[in-house]
Amino acid sequence: MCGAPDQDTLPTLEVSANEAVVHGTVTRGGSPLPGAYVRLLGSTGDFTAEVQTSATGYFRFYAADGDWTLRTLYKGGSVDTTVTAEKGKAVEAAVEVPEQ
Amino acid sequence: MSRADVLVDADWAEAHLDDPKIVFVEVDEDVSAYDGGHIKGAVRLDWTQELQQPAARDIIDRDDFSKLLSAKGISNDDTVVLYGGNNNWFAAYAYWQFKLYGHTDVKLLDGGRKKWELDGRELVKDVPQRATTSYAAKDADLSIRAFRDEVVASIGAKNLVDVRSPDEFSGKIKAPAHLPQEQSQRAGHIPTAINIPWSKAAADDGTFRSDDELEKLYGQEGFDGGKPTIAYCRIGERSSHTWFVLHQLLGNTDVKNYDGSWAEYGSLVGVPIQNDTSQKDV
Repeated sequence: MCGAPDQDTLPTLEVSANEAVVHGTVTRGGSPLPGAYVRLLGSTGDFTAEVQTSATGYFRFYAADGDWTLRTLYKGGSVDTTVTAEKGKAVEAAVEVPEQ
Repeated sequence: MSRADVLVDADWAEAHLDDPKIVFVEVDEDVSAYDGGHIKGAVRLDWTQELQQPAARDIIDRDDFSKLLSAKGISNDDTVVLYGGNNNWFAAYAYWQFKLYGHTDVKLLDGGRKKWELDGRELVKDVPQRATTSYAAKDADLSIRAFRDEVVASIGAKNLVDVRSPDEFSGKIKAPAHLPQEQSQRAGHIPTAINIPWSKAAADDGTFRSDDELEKLYGQEGFDGGKPTIAYCRIGERSSHTWFVLHQLLGNTDVKNYDGSWAEYGSLVGVPIQNDTSQKDV
């Protein structure tokens, strides 16, 4: 498998010592936003991965130590959120996109 | 061959949805994407189950490709427009396979599913019924497919373009960051390979950069247009995306996709590997 896994059917989150998980939920007006595209960008802005949010607006990445930008694309625009990941931990990001 | 021969935009696609000689084909790894909604009239190709052999790690052979397209109701003289999720990775892989087996007129939908969705264009759930055909594939065109021995022999001689992310290239991680890092093979890259991530060839919405931007990008990163080229990634689908750029959009003549890619190379015994990280993860 190499493509973005279905975020609706992800296994229960278990963070191994080797993984730096970045996960969270995309909302609009406080409600989950399914189908948004979340791009994980490295500290130099390089693209690393992309997933589409689940029915509950959820997304998950397996990153590495360091600073990352989450760029969330939705119909009508995009919004950037920065996070810092650490091996052995799961950092949670809440992404709110503007109401249309 | 020009860009317009191999790449169509969403407006063109929308205007040709009812053209009987044009077949839209969605290619995904995650087949549930098609079930949730697809472009009207599009048929589905399952990358994992239909384009790969069930037992051996290889693409389907010529006969099975003929049977597959016959069953899908695709004729040799149809124009096939491929699109999919993941920024068209698997659609590009299917494109490469269609070309490998000699399909004459095949195009990619620029931006794939993502651009179509972000534009708010119509997706439907109706599955089209197409009459079966008698598709006849040609012998595989191996001028666009590289195997491992050729890759090893190309170290220091050809352009080896590693299109994975910089962290996969350096050896920091073994798989894309949306996947658990459970792979057992070694990390790193083929010595003398240059790292030009596939993503640099596309905008956020998944559409390809302009020819001028692409020429500039590859030139800046050390790509030598005078040399033969082999592109690779982890399992050959992101490198199909770059193969499409270098061969189909920019018209470089000798460009091969190494579909064995890092999943094969990083597991071979006795081949050189460059790992740029201080911690070797065995």
